[in-house]
Amino acid sequence: MITDNMGAKDLPIGGNILEDGNSELFNTGEWRNKKPVHLDDKCKHCMLCVMPCPDNAIIHDEYDKMLGFDYNKCKGCGVCAKVCPFKAIEMKDE
Amino acid sequence: MIRERLSGNEAVAVAMRQINPDVVPAYPITPSTEVPQYFSSFMANGSVDTEFIPVESEHSAMSACIGASAAGARVMSATSSQGLSLMYEMLYIASGMRLPIVLTCVNRAVSAPINIHNDHSDSMGVRDCGFIQLYCESNQEAYDNLIMAVKIAEKAMLPVMVCFDGFITSHSVENIELLEDDIVKQFVGKYEPEHYLLNPNEFISMGPLDLQNYFFEHRKQLADAMKDSKRIIEEVSEEYAKISKRKYNLIENYRMDDSKIAMVVLNSTAGTAKEVVDKLRDEGIKVGLVKPRTFRPVPVKELVESLKDMKAIAIMDKADSINGFCGPLYSEITSALYSEGLNIPTVNYIYGLGGRDVKTSDIEDVFRSLLKIAKDGKKSQTTYYLGVRE
Ligand code: SF4
Ligand code: SF4
Repeated sequence: MITDNMGAKDLPIGGNILEDGNSELFNTGEWRNKKPVHLDDKCKHCMLCVMPCPDNAIIHDEYDKMLGFDYNKCKGCGVCAKVCPFKAIEMKDE
Repeated sequence: MIRERLSGNEAVAVAMRQINPDVVPAYPITPSTEVPQYFSSFMANGSVDTEFIPVESEHSAMSACIGASAAGARVMSATSSQGLSLMYEMLYIASGMRLPIVLTCVNRAVSAPINIHNDHSDSMGVRDCGFIQLYCESNQEAYDNLIMAVKIAEKAMLPVMVCFDGFITSHSVENIELLEDDIVKQFVGKYEPEHYLLNPNEFISMGPLDLQNYFFEHRKQLADAMKDSKRIIEEVSEEYAKISKRKYNLIENYRMDDSKIAMVVLNSTAGTAKEVVDKLRDEGIKVGLVKPRTFRPVPVKELVESLKDMKAIAIMDKADSINGFCGPLYSEITSALYSEGLNIPTVNYIYGLGGRDVKTSDIEDVFRSLLKIAKDGKKSQTTYYLGVRE
């Protein structure tokens, strides 16, 4: 496991990452300058916003209910707001 | 031991046959073309079981080397001049990912104007790319260094470039002593990387994004590995001496013992210069020669040790830095001397660019002017272009 304070002697050499599934640890939400906001009253839970999200950042439950956004992952690209047919996602400045 | 007569390219290809690497991606370029050419005939004969990848460019050749090496394969290739220039981007990736790729660099001038003959502009141009660089005077040295390079690369986890002079060494046939196939195979052994992509028992990502918090540490690892490679090169050379009876050091001192005047020179010109050293010694003039075998890592300690008592030194560069001052060998060796507090009159000769012939009489002129500098204790100029028409 790579930690923030590791020095040259301890880090795996050549930038190798010796574990799997670690992209989860990469907080792409830090890059966001616009934030999608879910307008629950307008949402029809059609799930059209889920697939196009490049970061898998749309939270939904097993019974197909759109619940909001994972702001640790959402880069604020606005694709979801664009595809929503019911204007149920609004992009707001951070 | 097998006595043979081979050209430098052939010698290197024979070494590759004996090593039997897993993957050889290559693209032809003069004067290194014969290396993959001979090697592909070994493939056709069934004497190696290498995966040979005829790629569409040198950029792809080094890319394929990187992919195969990351996958866990033992990988070799060969190139020259513009080919090495085209690899430039990927060379840094090979070293940064710490992949032990062995690359033969048959030294040739870099365009423009177009020239296919020997100088060291190609390998000197990539001197900071993180490859170990071994320089070879003769076909024998090219053969020996290539075999050692495999082991050095894998122990140091650094790529190695084996450099020798285009046409002069690559195409001239010399007597050579080869090792038996099984002795070479035993020496290089089986490549067992610690981490590799095709290992089914390990999860790994290689070459990922590496931003502000880690990149610097990874570069320090690379710097440390290059520093530590001196020890590894010495160990591997020691081991090689046992099977070959040929002992290589980081530098070769030729008749330096009681010398007060020295020339520092790489590759085949060292052979020409040794002839001149012998001649002057016969006249009772005490001169010597230092031939670095490694330029990366720079053998600082060894060079300082050999040169510290000199009264005058000529450093020969078969490449120009076009920096308005001097060539690459000069700037690094003089900085090594200066760092040790030594201020010896030292001159730089840029010589033989684009394959311009360097004769024993040219070398003798250099030594004779050093005699004068040693006598006066001062020089009138630092950098000369040996034999150029003004
Ligand atoms: S596309 Fe719009 S309406 Fe459909 S689930 Fe997403 S937010 Fe709700
Ligand atoms: S703004 Fe982009 S990243 Fe964020 S939830 Fe919408 S589609 Fe995904």
